[in-house]
Amino acid sequence: MATAVEDRADKRQSPLSDAVVVRFAGDSGDGMQLTGGQFTLSSALAGNDFATFPDFPAEIRAPQGTLFGVSAFQINFGSSAIDTAGDAPDVLVAMNPAALKTNVPQLKQGGLIIADEGEFNDRNLAKAKYDANPLDDGSLAKWQLLKLNISQLTMDAVKPFGLGNKEALRCKNMWTLGLALWMFDRDRQPLIDWLNGKFAKAPDLAAANIAALNAGHAYGETAELAGPLKQHHVDPAPVAPGLYRTLTGAEGIALGLVAGAQLAKLPMFFGGYPITPASAILHHLSRLKEYDVTTFQAEDEIAAICSAIGASYGGSLGVTSSSGPGIALKGEAMGLAIMTELPLVIVNSQRGGPSTGLPTKTEQSDLYQAVYGRNGDAPMPVIAARSPGDAFECAVEACRIAVRYMTPVMLLTDGYIANAAEPWKVPDLESFDAFPVEFLTEVPEGGFKPYGRDENLKRPWVKPGTPGLLHRIGGIEKEIDTGHINYAPDNHQAMTDIRKDKIDGIKVPDQVVELGAEGGRLAVVGWGSTFGPIHQAVRRKRAEGQDVSHIHIRHIWPLPANLGELLKSYDKVIVPEMNTGQLKTVLRDQYLVDAKAVNKVSGQPFTIAEIEAAIEGAL
Amino acid sequence: MNEMTTIARPTTLKDWETDQEVRWCPGCGDYAILKAVQRTMPEIGTTPENTVFISGIGCSSRFPYYMETYGFHTIHGRAPAFATGLKLANPGLDIWIVTGDGDGLSIGGNHTMHLIRRNLDCQIMLFNNEIYGLTKGQYSPTSRVGTTSPSTPYGSVDRPAQPAAFALGAGARFVARGFDVSKELPNVLKAAHAHKGAAFIEIFQNCIVYNKDVFEDFAAPKGAEDRQLWLKQGEPMVFAKGTKGITLDAEALTLKVVDVVDGDWKAAGVIVHDVTNRSVAHMLVEMRFGEFPMALGVLYDDPRPTFEADVVRQNAAAREGKTADLQSLLKKGQTWTVTEGGPEL
Repeated sequence: MATAVEDRADKRQSPLSDAVVVRFAGDSGDGMQLTGGQFTLSSALAGNDFATFPDFPAEIRAPQGTLFGVSAFQINFGSSAIDTAGDAPDVLVAMNPAALKTNVPQLKQGGLIIADEGEFNDRNLAKAKYDANPLDDGSLAKWQLLKLNISQLTMDAVKPFGLGNKEALRCKNMWTLGLALWMFDRDRQPLIDWLNGKFAKAPDLAAANIAALNAGHAYGETAELAGPLKQHHVDPAPVAPGLYRTLTGAEGIALGLVAGAQLAKLPMFFGGYPITPASAILHHLSRLKEYDVTTFQAEDEIAAICSAIGASYGGSLGVTSSSGPGIALKGEAMGLAIMTELPLVIVNSQRGGPSTGLPTKTEQSDLYQAVYGRNGDAPMPVIAARSPGDAFECAVEACRIAVRYMTPVMLLTDGYIANAAEPWKVPDLESFDAFPVEFLTEVPEGGFKPYGRDENLKRPWVKPGTPGLLHRIGGIEKEIDTGHINYAPDNHQAMTDIRKDKIDGIKVPDQVVELGAEGGRLAVVGWGSTFGPIHQAVRRKRAEGQDVSHIHIRHIWPLPANLGELLKSYDKVIVPEMNTGQLKTVLRDQYLVDAKAVNKVSGQPFTIAEIEAAIEGAL
Repeated sequence: MNEMTTIARPTTLKDWETDQEVRWCPGCGDYAILKAVQRTMPEIGTTPENTVFISGIGCSSRFPYYMETYGFHTIHGRAPAFATGLKLANPGLDIWIVTGDGDGLSIGGNHTMHLIRRNLDCQIMLFNNEIYGLTKGQYSPTSRVGTTSPSTPYGSVDRPAQPAAFALGAGARFVARGFDVSKELPNVLKAAHAHKGAAFIEIFQNCIVYNKDVFEDFAAPKGAEDRQLWLKQGEPMVFAKGTKGITLDAEALTLKVVDVVDGDWKAAGVIVHDVTNRSVAHMLVEMRFGEFPMALGVLYDDPRPTFEADVVRQNAAAREGKTADLQSLLKKGQTWTVTEGGPEL
């Protein structure tokens, strides 16, 4: 959020400022994700910067009205830079008692509740475990409450279209969206166009939804004078001119992988197995066959990675993707890719763990697994994306390292990045340096050595089918140069050293300071999706005059060459992570710096306030 | 088998041998299989560079190191998955999978099943010695009930898997059997290679150290005629020098052995082998040795479209009329343009 200090919940006076957090919450079947998605587009067209956080249950169709069946979508939009989906909502739209109960604790004091009182009947109240109706018993007094019978108002609005009760009530989300559009002075036309397109084959449904949207909007206009409902305009954020789109992390990864394969001038082979929250990457790539992408839904996680390694052996860029439990299954095959020195990109969309853990919730607890989680001395580069747009660039970087060094590369993202959307300035592909692969096609001077090496310690890549370069590879220790089986002690020592030196020698950009100065009292060091809250918290503290800087690490392994010296230039280092201190341990091990952990493993991202508190505690 | 092989230059057995020292135990059945394969390769019209041997882990899986082709010694049980990725990346390659009863039916049973049901074009040679050799003699999923081994000192109690029945059950379109020292093995391999699709070959292999002579009851040269039924397309299922045959017991709906008098197999109702008859194939793979002779040769061969061909076809259809302009793909979806005057759709 962009509004710095005055934005803090306890100090709020004016109803709304230049950055607003709205949370739509309802039953899984109420269409909250769709409502949120359309409101996001509307925010983009209004020129606001924004960040979103979809928060939905693991159950596909949770029983209606239950607390665990609540689906929510939060958006933070504003007239200056927005880094997170917002700590606490200013406005909560609660479509039923369960949605109110699970979401109202986070609402800012004095914030606005818009509740569909039509759903606050005895049955739904009981399901939400309310003894009394919170809309009537005064328990919501510290917030502003607007109760509307959205269900009835929607039914009235769509009456002319002769829909059944069930279908009519499904238009509730459009009525709500209409009201939200009015509240923030938004144009309805793009939504009307979208509805006409979506329901092109059912014009009645399109008309009913548009009627509901218009009715919600009209309700705002006519009801403005009374009660807490006010119209609020958020000015456009100053952003660079250009073409923008909304981008989720899963889209960023998929498009970045396609770009990476193109820059390497290779066909891409993607072997995957369905798992939350990684499946979206498989889904996206399955529709991109014209980009020389072959996707393969394998019989399991192991077959997914093995097929990708097989494809890399055949001269494609092999890619596989999963989440923590699936990554665990792929471990042995990663070792083979390290031993046979074949390029491979492994995407881990992290989720809460261990075991099945929290499949739909976010966490960063697979860093040890990525850096250390294989048998033997098995070094492998690890890159972590900080946002959906960054995921695109990280995917390109992972492809580059994989082919330039003939190595598997782990790309870490997480459930938050995968599902969250942000505005993304469409990059010019010309601005990326190509890294075309050259296969070895004939015997080089001095003879062919399958495990001979270039200056990067990379071995040659030979496609089966190439005459004159026949050779065998495998998981047994390789003899230096020839690649024959070799169990000799000296050879294993030497090969282990070479594998380590190759990865250690990967050239990664020097670490920059995202915000603040090189050296000072405190560095807040993060990685991955904690970028937003750390950045905003550091910005606020700096605005208060505090000496604090933000460092955010993309290259987790190998770490940037200057990182050790950089960290030592601060009096103190804190490392906020959504785990119990994994990067912290790596930094302490690598640099003997007294890095302190700041941890959260609730399945929810850090709030800005939590990072601010950690900074205050450290200074 | 593959379609893209161009005119192959003639090769000899020597062209398919590597300079690597073969490291199986002296007397291991794998030596005979290796020779049979090396003898077969020059006769099937492919080239060493276009051929890839892929294996998992186990004694049999050392095989690729001894073939002068491309080779990939992978991880335990997963050879079919590597083969699938490789074949999809380059459908023109001629891929042979080498696996064993542990690798292919225990740790890798899942992948074997899926490779077969997808019908990836390749040859799967499953060396069945009914024992774990490389890990020093534990019983395997094909070991007979009562097998004593380091892990089953009181004898194994679980019933064994039958590789050929497993393959057919998984949807195999080619199932064959042979054994290590059989002179017929190259012919079986040739038939497997000629089959377009997943060709499953169970090769009984004598583990001289841990399960010596376990197949002697049917593989021993002496009296082999009485105990081996070599199946040939279009020929009656007769054995024991033509004095016995296999017929259908029409009442019990099972196979049974009948005597053939004076060579008149027709009068005895002996079945003529039709490699495309799936129902009979199911009965052949279930024939219990002892009551019946061991069914060997090509038990079933009826090709269907292959997985990689269908993938290639679908990819091509999906690409039809589309250009791979990534820059325009990036611009797809919910877009807007920010100008000096503000955003617009």
